[in-house]
Amino acid sequence: MDFREYVIGEFDTEEQKKFRKEVGEWLDKNVTPELINGTNEVRVTAYIPGAQAFAKKLGEKGWLVPEWPKEYGGAGLPAGSRSIIAEEISTRVLFGPGFLGGLTGGVQGPTIMSAGTPEQKKEWLPKIAAGAQFALGYTEPNAGTDLASLGIRGVKDGSDYIINGSKMFSTGAHFARYHWLAVRTNPELPKHKGVSMIIGDLQAPGVTITQLTTIGGERTNEVFYDNVRVPQTNRIGPEGEGWSIIRMALTAERGDLGTFPWPKILVNDLIQYAKETKRNGKPLSEDPLVRQTLAQLATDVNVLRLYNYRVGWMVDKGLDVSWASSMVKIFESELSQKIANQGMNVMGLYGQLEPGSKYAQLKGNFELAYRAMVVRSFGGGSNLRLRNDIATRGMGLPREPALAIPVKK
Amino acid sequence: MDFDFNDEQKMLQKGARDFFEKECPKSLVKKMAEDEKGNPPELWQKMAQLGWLGLIYPEQYGGSGGNIIDLVALEEEMGRACLPGAFFSTVLLGGLFVLNAGSEEQKKDLLPKIANGKVVLTLALNELNPNYEAAAIEAEAKIEKDDYVISGTKLFVPDAHIADYIICIARTKKSTKSEDGITAFLVDRKSAGINITVLKTIAGDKLCEVAFDKVKVSKKNIVGKLDQAWVPLVKTLQQVTVARCAEMVGGAQKALEMAADHAKKRVQFDRPIGTFQAIQHIIANAMMDVDASRFLTYEAAWKFGEGLQCAKEIAMAKGWTSEAYQRVTAAGEQVLGGIGYTTDGDMQLYYKRAKAAELTLGDGRFQREALAKELGM
Repeated sequence: MDFREYVIGEFDTEEQKKFRKEVGEWLDKNVTPELINGTNEVRVTAYIPGAQAFAKKLGEKGWLVPEWPKEYGGAGLPAGSRSIIAEEISTRVLFGPGFLGGLTGGVQGPTIMSAGTPEQKKEWLPKIAAGAQFALGYTEPNAGTDLASLGIRGVKDGSDYIINGSKMFSTGAHFARYHWLAVRTNPELPKHKGVSMIIGDLQAPGVTITQLTTIGGERTNEVFYDNVRVPQTNRIGPEGEGWSIIRMALTAERGDLGTFPWPKILVNDLIQYAKETKRNGKPLSEDPLVRQTLAQLATDVNVLRLYNYRVGWMVDKGLDVSWASSMVKIFESELSQKIANQGMNVMGLYGQLEPGSKYAQLKGNFELAYRAMVVRSFGGGSNLRLRNDIATRGMGLPREPALAIPVKK
Repeated sequence: MDFDFNDEQKMLQKGARDFFEKECPKSLVKKMAEDEKGNPPELWQKMAQLGWLGLIYPEQYGGSGGNIIDLVALEEEMGRACLPGAFFSTVLLGGLFVLNAGSEEQKKDLLPKIANGKVVLTLALNELNPNYEAAAIEAEAKIEKDDYVISGTKLFVPDAHIADYIICIARTKKSTKSEDGITAFLVDRKSAGINITVLKTIAGDKLCEVAFDKVKVSKKNIVGKLDQAWVPLVKTLQQVTVARCAEMVGGAQKALEMAADHAKKRVQFDRPIGTFQAIQHIIANAMMDVDASRFLTYEAAWKFGEGLQCAKEIAMAKGWTSEAYQRVTAAGEQVLGGIGYTTDGDMQLYYKRAKAAELTLGDGRFQREALAKELGM
């Protein structure tokens, strides 16, 4: 048993020490105050002013995918280099997890590396290495948790597919160039078997992008495909094998998740706030209910940290982490909302003030979080469905049977 | 980070699990709840022979030289087995206090006797205002020539009625700081002036009222130093709390397994009830509760064992585990329905123990207040 915290750089070889120093020096020159300030508010990494430009600069150095071979646009660096870059970034800028992948092809890159043809690797990997942006195209109006019900159609025509249908909640589709599309190419096969993964071009004729605004303040999109031509060579993996490609991509996404920094930051801010803020003549931190609330939140933050470390420990041991990762995801998303909720209560009426408002407390981050953290309960997997998975995969409970007579849509 | 026991600790756990399955069946547990003494003598001697009563005492005092993680490993199995009897009072509360506070002579005298199963010991701390704080200690010990005379009422003293000795925590000096002037006395249970009443508890453990009416104790029987018992007592309570958390984790794990097993086997509406999402969610939440309890407890134990500051971690572990064990067993009762409610079932044992354990050594509210102080609030 060992609970010693890893100290950044403590296991560095001489080579790694040198590389870390090089990375640090470059970051000190290229991390702008705008970038740092932009991360002071709870928001999606991609929307932080300067983040996309920063990603491009990293891409130019081959540092978005440093361990990829140079022929694919990487820097050909040894294993461990990516972690060093991520760590050094994290000590300077508060990016959310998976920054190195989230903005760009962090999901698509490893998937194409595994499942792409040599030609596809030559075409796509250098683009991803340079910072080309993808939007995910999984969810549809009638296919959310039940993703296998997706209906967007891809019909062969010559050397192309003609795509018709729509995708929902495609975040980033308004600035990304490429669409990571799960398409039904074989409707005669069972649900999971007729799906293919196709890379779409969001600037192609026939693509319409409609804005959806969320209460979290970030934009998402509905994307309509009206007879859009996509070359069949854009299909990753064999036709009808899209479901296994989706699973590969989801695993890559999960691997990039790491620790969401906001719960710890918000709780620490709230504790400090309670110590400094007086109500009814005495500091909030002397109110017994506030003390109980904040102590519980501090405990919860530590539980999240330990759940997270446990996943890393299981990965090192080669164990299946699906249910353990789901535990992290469920706990973090619900904790984030709890922190926002209880934080606003600690502030009283001030809690409702938005960032930028006169009298807003703690930059309005709790009001913003109350709105913005909602998506985390279902984005990346509904917590309700994930609890089923934890019980069935983690504790062996039998799965819920399908309805004997399915409901027709 | 490593969340696992080492190979030796795993062997200890396996051995303990097998041993308790054989030697501590639920029939014995239920019998002991009704038994007047509550410490099955054969089981006590067998544990002594296995070296478990001296597990965490240094070898020079007759122990096995184990560390707190070894104790955690063993305690998980004790919790799983609902082990009745005097381990908590004798080995932990009393024994660890002697180890932390006693003179060399006292350690050499008492600890081997505990390790060999020859003596039952307990510690009388709480009084009518039982809040684990120094200010609540009102029992007085007044010096009269070479003796101290102790008067006061102690409550919730585990196994006092069968103990050979009771370590009584009493006030010997009034001071501006309430932690100052507290002394521990090793008192023979059979001393004149001691009156013991066994209380009826939900968990069937033998907690006692011990009334001290002008009980004479030689000043030679001060455990450790006059007026200075509080500091070693705090350290002892830290270790005991970690051990209690580990016991709770073991019990919670077993309760979770019982609920899951039932969900897999019980058929209603032509399907196992574990296929219903509500049951799956109850189990998933219980899994999260057990894992968090376990990791918080392990981290607290590890830090204590490394000699690091661990007051925060212990408060988090006991605070969370107290409420989590209660939640898990309440959920277990819900899943099992009627058969969890009747006494021939076993879930009820965990349900009752969970509640008692929550209240002992500081419940969630107590621990959160302690944590708030540690966080500078």
